[in-house]
Amino acid sequence: MSAPSLPDLSGHFGRYGGRFVPEALVRALDELDAAYRSAKADPAFRARFDDLLVNYAGVPSLLYRAERLSEKLGAEILLKREDLNHTGAHKVRNVLGQALLAKRMGKPRVIAETGAGQHGVASATAAALLDLECVVYMGETDTERQALNVARMRMLGATVVPVTNGSRTLKDALNEALRDWVASVDTTHYLLGTAAGPHPFPEIVRDFVGGIGVEAREQCLAMLGRLPDAVAACVGGGSNAIGIFHAFVPDESVQLYGFEAGGDGVDTGRHAASITGGSSGVLHGARTYVLQDEDGQTVESHSISAGLDYPGVGPEHAWLHDTGRAEYEPVTDDEAMAAFQLLCRTEGIIPAIESAHALAGVARIAPLLRAELGRTPTIVVNLSGRGDKDVHTAGAYFGILDPVEALVPGENA
Amino acid sequence: MSIAEVFAKARAEDRAVLVGCMPAGFPTVEDSIASMIAMHEAGCDVIEVELPYSDPVMDGPVIQRASDIALSRGVRTGDTLRIIEAVAGTGAPVVLMTYWNPVEKYGVNAFARDLSAAGATGMITPDLIPDEAAEWIAAADEHRLDRTFLVSPSSTDDRLAMTVAHCRGFVYATALMGVTGARTSVSSQAPELVDRVRHTNPDMPVGVGLGVGTGAQAAEVAGFADGVIVGSALIRQVLEAPDRATGLSRLRTLSAELAEGVRNPVK
Repeated sequence: MSAPSLPDLSGHFGRYGGRFVPEALVRALDELDAAYRSAKADPAFRARFDDLLVNYAGVPSLLYRAERLSEKLGAEILLKREDLNHTGAHKVRNVLGQALLAKRMGKPRVIAETGAGQHGVASATAAALLDLECVVYMGETDTERQALNVARMRMLGATVVPVTNGSRTLKDALNEALRDWVASVDTTHYLLGTAAGPHPFPEIVRDFVGGIGVEAREQCLAMLGRLPDAVAACVGGGSNAIGIFHAFVPDESVQLYGFEAGGDGVDTGRHAASITGGSSGVLHGARTYVLQDEDGQTVESHSISAGLDYPGVGPEHAWLHDTGRAEYEPVTDDEAMAAFQLLCRTEGIIPAIESAHALAGVARIAPLLRAELGRTPTIVVNLSGRGDKDVHTAGAYFGILDPVEALVPGENA
Repeated sequence: MSIAEVFAKARAEDRAVLVGCMPAGFPTVEDSIASMIAMHEAGCDVIEVELPYSDPVMDGPVIQRASDIALSRGVRTGDTLRIIEAVAGTGAPVVLMTYWNPVEKYGVNAFARDLSAAGATGMITPDLIPDEAAEWIAAADEHRLDRTFLVSPSSTDDRLAMTVAHCRGFVYATALMGVTGARTSVSSQAPELVDRVRHTNPDMPVGVGLGVGTGAQAAEVAGFADGVIVGSALIRQVLEAPDRATGLSRLRTLSAELAEGVRNPVK
């Protein structure tokens, strides 16, 4: 398996990835690529990044043996606790890395796209820490659904721009960020929020979040003296998944599972499962799996999890899927919410609904792995984020909000 | 008439070519055909048909809105090809501008075949750079279509030379760092970019787009470029008109003003 050497120099993972962008952005992408390679080779950059990860973000995150959950699922479940990082998710790793890169390139301004607001909040956080101007594009529909995250970004000093084009959601925010970047590349770094987009973003983001898998691998060896049987993660754009998969790709005994947002079910058409329910296409600068109609027009995605609600996926996942190195399966909203509740009740951990998709998938594969191996399987699950942001959504789903509380304006209105 | 002939003729007349852009199916299939024919009759030498796409990252608000309207009314790729056939059938030279995914979804070779059969002279690809275009380059050769890639003020000399070498018909110079949409003044970066293209290949016609909306601006751009490409300003005539007849009449008026501009280059 030659994965660690991918992408190739022009950013391709097999037939996926590449650069499908206006020529105006090519120079900026080339400069970013060069800056990243020089930073990667610079021990001082690495030291600064590691220092921020350890002393600011709280990395390495714990690998926690979830005993009660393990009993319920009939598998040894090890949770990679990215939910305990500063800002509550794996995303802090990416934004710190890219913000440091922006500083290194001498760019005083960063722009970001955000759906639910998590990447926007993380970007605003890194920008505040490193004294960068920050503008976040967010679909107007999302600014209304996620008013508290809009307030968080503003508290951190960022400017939030509601996007009123198209479907007014994440994909349109991404389009608008690209339009800003075409006009502002001299002063601006585009702090892309997931391991997708044109080369070199999928590689850069993967590398910045890749510590998740490196740590989990070491922690697992230290804890058990062996590698896990499987590693599982949820997949929207796919950054947390590629972050935990990457270090394990060469370990052929370790099965990799990505769980996509199946929404109401892939057969209903209302889902965000780009790999299992989409087809090969080009979106947002890369060739990958895309939710599209017969004419190649992007189709709107649906998921109870805002963080997975995106009609594309990072190109490396498309490649891992086609080569068979990783398996991708959809998980419906209902399955995810059942797993959400299970983790709350068995472990006292409220997960992000995104991460609950991974847990639900693990509940499905655990008996299969057990049968295949003839013993209790060990599964590392990336608990990519915490569920504080999802309390309103989950409360409404379970019908446990008092009528008065349900009327409080704000999150997920 | 081929695009090369259109540019050669304009050069002989010491003027620039006027390229007018309109999204296919905006606001309806029939209306867009009428708009394009009116634009051609009123002085647009070349009609640039834009295939409406859900995620047009190179386009500003006017073209986005027009594309959204066309898509919301159900316009399909096949409609765009039929529109091209209808407009090209009147004798107007037609080029297609399209984002890449609809072509990839249709099948690159099949699309080139059908585009050529519809009578288009070639294709402008705003989000396809030659680096990723091997399949399109081969299909364009097979079906004798022109290829127009974009160059930008930020393009390095090497990329400029490489991109121009892959163009046939004309090269599209984006006058400024930004998206489509009329601006109050012509970018100062545009003349320099055109010079740089000429330096790599003096025979390749250069069309300048992004930000041109008036006859005076067209005259200014005609002073240094071979072609003046206008989109948003024309589309706005239809978008903002109270009714269809007014829209068509305004479209003719602006086309005529722009055509006058390209005939009076400010040198």
